[in-house]
Amino acid sequence: MNDLIPLLPKLWQASYETLYIVGLSLIFGGLGGLILGLGLYTTRSNSLFSNRPVFGVLNVLVNVFRPIPFIIFLAAAQPLARFVTGTGIGNTAIIFTLSLAAAFGISRIVEQNLLTVQPGVIEAARSVGASRSRIMLTLLIPEALGPLILGYTFIVVALVDMSAVAGYVGGGGLGTFAIQYGYRQFHPVVTWAAVLVIIVIVQLVQFLGNYLARKALRR
Amino acid sequence: MPLISLRDVTKSYPPSRRGGDVVHAVEGLDLDIEAGDIYGIIGYSGAGKSTLVRLINALEHATSGSILVDGDEVTRMKESELRRLRLGIGMIFQQFNLFNSKTVAGNVAYPLEVAKTPRADIAPRVAELLDFVGLSDKARNYPEQLSGGQKQRVGIARALATSPRILLADEATSALDPETTHEVLELLKRVNTEFGVTIVVITHEMDVIQTLATKVAVMDGGRIVEQGDVFDVFSKPTEASSQRFVSTVVRGVPSDAELVALRQRHPGRIVTLSFRDGNTSQGAVFSNLAQAGVAFELIYGGINDIRGRVFGHLTLALTGHDDAVDRALVTIANKVDVTEAPRDE
Repeated sequence: MNDLIPLLPKLWQASYETLYIVGLSLIFGGLGGLILGLGLYTTRSNSLFSNRPVFGVLNVLVNVFRPIPFIIFLAAAQPLARFVTGTGIGNTAIIFTLSLAAAFGISRIVEQNLLTVQPGVIEAARSVGASRSRIMLTLLIPEALGPLILGYTFIVVALVDMSAVAGYVGGGGLGTFAIQYGYRQFHPVVTWAAVLVIIVIVQLVQFLGNYLARKALRR
Repeated sequence: MPLISLRDVTKSYPPSRRGGDVVHAVEGLDLDIEAGDIYGIIGYSGAGKSTLVRLINALEHATSGSILVDGDEVTRMKESELRRLRLGIGMIFQQFNLFNSKTVAGNVAYPLEVAKTPRADIAPRVAELLDFVGLSDKARNYPEQLSGGQKQRVGIARALATSPRILLADEATSALDPETTHEVLELLKRVNTEFGVTIVVITHEMDVIQTLATKVAVMDGGRIVEQGDVFDVFSKPTEASSQRFVSTVVRGVPSDAELVALRQRHPGRIVTLSFRDGNTSQGAVFSNLAQAGVAFELIYGGINDIRGRVFGHLTLALTGHDDAVDRALVTIANKVDVTEAPRDE
């Protein structure tokens, strides 16, 4: 305990950084994943913008990048991060790489949840003269909103997990804190404190996600 | 000029597997639907009727042929023109296809939003439509809180929102119980009589045609095998598949096996009277028999009423003196078709 108390300000700082990294990655990755997922859904056969070649390219793209372990992806994508954000290290670089990796994962979750929308509902909207882009924005997403919220909740938890390796490229957050001040200093209590904060964050996110999904599904 | 006119229309699908056969859902089909008709299209599943109805509002695109709706060639329309066309053609579905994320009012408002109706006009129009289908008290409910019949009534309100001239009903009552089916059919009749909407009804249930339609086309294998006034097709079906459909609602002539069973219980002469022209009075026929001193018993058949015109087959067991029976049969033969079952030796 005595090891921990002087480190508390650093713990709060690390918690803030984790939320910062996860939050921004969720915004960028979530948006990118939504667009990519809509692309996958709408270009498959018998969908709104059926286009076999485009679907094939998107599908392969997602399949290639999604399975790469994040810690390796982080290293492999460093030149790209440097090119886009101007830096290959620190929180900015990790947010970029995390958003990119998350977008591929999220795209599958978006695609799967959109597939739960009954094709007949889309057909009904087409039958009243709605344009395809209108259907996509005003119908498809609202119809799948409940499951989509749960999917995104799942992703936030995954982002907290992935963000813990930020230390490898000089980023901060709870993972860096736990390794740097807990593990390397032989202070397990400090590591456990970081674990505890992560558990609290994950619980709160899951609770919020469930609550919003229940509202969307009216159950 | 017909409101909807199809000429030599074919819709083919590529083979589902490599080396498979091309599927012709609709093949060389001609169809004319006049404004104000309730036009029934009946066929077994796979006959191509769902594809046919989707060709009219171009949810499916014809492979070849000409489709005129209100004089405009649908097959040559661009996507933006098709959207305008669809605003004038409502559609209801077997599974209702309501938007679960929207309230009842939101469902009915959706086509109006698509049609860019001024915001202030939407609410009164939605209220008017919900009143018409009898669901004013459900405006704020969500689809999952409604029964099947209520869902279909919302579907009808939504389909009518933009005041279309045509309503396409794709198996609209097939998921409903008989009583609810009746309610929905009555509502569709009102849509036709009160708003003058031309209705195209797809169904596999002959009693839907009998209750609702004025004209009927029987579809089989992607083609129309018989079409005409409902009364004519019901009273004199010529094609085998029409006869099968008619027999599901009209009890006709007893089969040979049934005749054997009837013979065992009824020793007299057995004749079948066929009422076909819709105007023959049964009373006159029966009083002829009675005057001739012939006793009769109704043993098989049924009488159907289609919009006030009557037809059907009645099989009678006659008892009386042979000469009297012969005389009576001659008398009634100029009122009704008489067929006598072969007598036992």
